[in-house]
Amino acid sequence: MTGLELNPAWTLLLGAALVPLLRGRWRSAWVVALPLVGMAQLWLLPAGEFGRLAFLSSEVLIMRVDRWSSLFALVFLIAALISSIYSLHARDSLQPAAGLAYAGSAIGAVFAGDLLTLFLFWELTAVTSVFLVWARGSARAYRAGMRYVLVQLLSGMLLLFGALQQLAATGSLRFEHIGLDGPGGPLIFLAFGIKCAFPLLHNWLQDSYPEATEVGTVFLSAFTTKLAVYALARGFAGTGELIWIGAVMTAFPIFYAVIENDLRRVLAYSLNNQLGFMVVGIGIGTELALNGTAAHAFTHIIYKALLFMSMGAVLYRVGTINGSELGGLYKSMPWTTAFCIVGAASISGFPLFSGFVSKSMIVSAAGGEALLLTYLVLLFASAGVFHHSGIKIPYFAFFAHDSGKRCEEAPANMLVAMAIAAALCIGLGVYPAPLYALLPYPVDYVAYTGSHVLTQLQLLAFSALAFAVLMRTGIYPPERRLVNLDTDWIYRRLVPGALGVLAAGWARAAGFLTQVMTAGGRRARAAFDRAAGADGLFARPWTTRTMALCIAVFLLAFLLLSYR
Amino acid sequence: MRQGERRYWLDRKENVDKVYWGVWVLCGLLLLVEPLVHKHAEFAFEDWFGFHGIYGLVACVALVLAAKALRVVLKRPEDYYDRP
Repeated sequence: MTGLELNPAWTLLLGAALVPLLRGRWRSAWVVALPLVGMAQLWLLPAGEFGRLAFLSSEVLIMRVDRWSSLFALVFLIAALISSIYSLHARDSLQPAAGLAYAGSAIGAVFAGDLLTLFLFWELTAVTSVFLVWARGSARAYRAGMRYVLVQLLSGMLLLFGALQQLAATGSLRFEHIGLDGPGGPLIFLAFGIKCAFPLLHNWLQDSYPEATEVGTVFLSAFTTKLAVYALARGFAGTGELIWIGAVMTAFPIFYAVIENDLRRVLAYSLNNQLGFMVVGIGIGTELALNGTAAHAFTHIIYKALLFMSMGAVLYRVGTINGSELGGLYKSMPWTTAFCIVGAASISGFPLFSGFVSKSMIVSAAGGEALLLTYLVLLFASAGVFHHSGIKIPYFAFFAHDSGKRCEEAPANMLVAMAIAAALCIGLGVYPAPLYALLPYPVDYVAYTGSHVLTQLQLLAFSALAFAVLMRTGIYPPERRLVNLDTDWIYRRLVPGALGVLAAGWARAAGFLTQVMTAGGRRARAAFDRAAGADGLFARPWTTRTMALCIAVFLLAFLLLSYR
Repeated sequence: MRQGERRYWLDRKENVDKVYWGVWVLCGLLLLVEPLVHKHAEFAFEDWFGFHGIYGLVACVALVLAAKALRVVLKRPEDYYDRP
C-alpha cells in the first residue's frame, strides 16, 4: 500500500475507457458505480504525499492529499456522480466516457503535488472535455469545440513554460505558493487566469459551454474553472491584484446576462460572475476569505450543475433554450421547475440555501478587511446574480407569457440527478456544519445571524421588486433572437477580417509586381533579341578596325581604373 | 393557454397581480422588522435604515438600464457568426 492506488483519478480514467465496451443496464450501472468507488477511495485515503518519483534533475509528486485537495476531489466526485446519473438517458457512450475521463483528469490535477503532473492532467482535462462539445454533432459545435480546445491548450503551454522557468530558477517542480514575483509566476498566473476565465480572457467559456450537449454542459460547468480556482488558491493566495480581477469578474458578466437570449449562455455568464467571488476571496487571502472561496466552490459546483441540468432538460424536451421561444413550461415540467427554483435560490444566496452560507463568508471577509469598493461591488453582484440567474432563468423558461409549448416532464434519470443536487443545496444551506468541517482552515464563522439574514433578504426582495416593476412597466429589455458581441468577436471576426484584408492587399500587390516584372522582362527580352538576333549587333561581322578600337578603349579604361 | 386545458392558478390575471403586489408587501415587511434586528454592520453606512434594500433596488434598475443601452451597441443578428 503506497496510497497512490487510492487516487480516484485512476478509477475514473480507466473506468471511462471501458464505458464504450458496455451496453444497456451494465453501462448505466458502471458509470454510476465509478464515482461511488472514487468516493470510497477518497474516504480511505490518508493525508500525506504519495508517488514521489525522480524526474530529470528534480522529482515529481503525483499525489498530495491535504484539506485543499481532498475538498475539491470530493466535490468533483459529487459532480461526476450527479452528471453521470444525468447522462443515463443518452444512447451514445461518448458522453459518459468523455465526462468521466474529464472528471478523473480534474481530480488527478487537484492531487498533483508538482507542476509537471499538474500540467499533464491540466491538458488532459482539455482534450477529454472537448468531446462533450463535439458530441452535439453540429458544424457550429465543432467550430466552438476547436476554439475551446485551442484556448485550453494555450493555457497548458503557458503553465509548462512557467513550470520550466521555476525549475531552472529553483531546481524544483513542486507546486507551492508561487506569487506573481516568483520564478515563472507571471506565466503560470496567466495560465490559471485563462482557465479561470479572467476578464477579457473569459469568452471561451460563454462561447463553448452553451454549444455542448445537455449532458456535456453539466459536466463542463463543474471541473475546468474550479480546477483553476483551486490552482489559484494554492499558488497565488493573497495576491492583491486578484481582488480587482475578481471584482470585475463579479460585475461585468451580469450586464451580458441580462440581455442574453440563450438561457444556458446566461448561466455561463453567471458562472463567470460566481468565479469572481472565489477569485476575490483568493486575493484577500485571509483564512476566512480562503475558507469562503473553498466553500463557495463546493456549493457553486452543485447549484450550478443543478441550474444547467434544469435548462438541459428543457433543451432536451423542447429542442430550444432561447428565452424568446420559451415560457409557461411549468405546466409541462413541474418537477424541473421546482428543482430549477432551488438552484436559483441557492445561487442567489437565499437564507436556507447553499449559496448563502458560502458567499457570505467572502463578502464578510471583504468587509472585515475594510475593502469598501470591493464590498460594494460584491453587494451589487449579489443583487445582480439574483436578478439574472435567480429570476430571469426560471421566469423566462417556466413562466413569463405562455409560449404554448407542451412537452413531457424530464426523463426519470434527469429528475433523480436534479433531486440529489437540490437536496444537497438545501441540506448545506440549512445545516452547513459538515461543509465547514471540511474547509481548509478552522471555521469561526456564523452565517445565520439576524443581521446577515435580514440584510440579505432586503437586498434580494428589493432586487425582485426592481425586476417586477421593470417587467410590468415594459422597461425590461425583451428576450430577442440576437447575439451579443463579446471578446470572441476579436478572434472570430476582427482577426479573420484583418487577415482577409491583408491577404487581399497582398494579392493585389503581388499582381501588380508580376505585371511590372512581366512587362519589364518582355522589354529586356526584346532588346536582347534585337542585339543578339540574326541581324543583331552581336551577330554581325565586325571590322578589324572596330575591334582594335574597342580593345584600345578597354585598355584605356583599365589603366584609368588602376591609376591612383 | 390552450383550449380545453386545465386552467392554472397563474393563468388568471388577478393572481399575477397578487404575486406582483406580494413582492411590494414583502419589501415593506422587511423594512418594518428592521428596527427589531440588531445589525452588526461592516461599514457605518450599512446602519442607515433600509440600506441593503435601497441598494439592491437601485443596483438592479441601473443594471437593467445599462444593459439595455449596451444591447444597442452589442446586438447582432442571430446568424451573425454563421455568415461567410
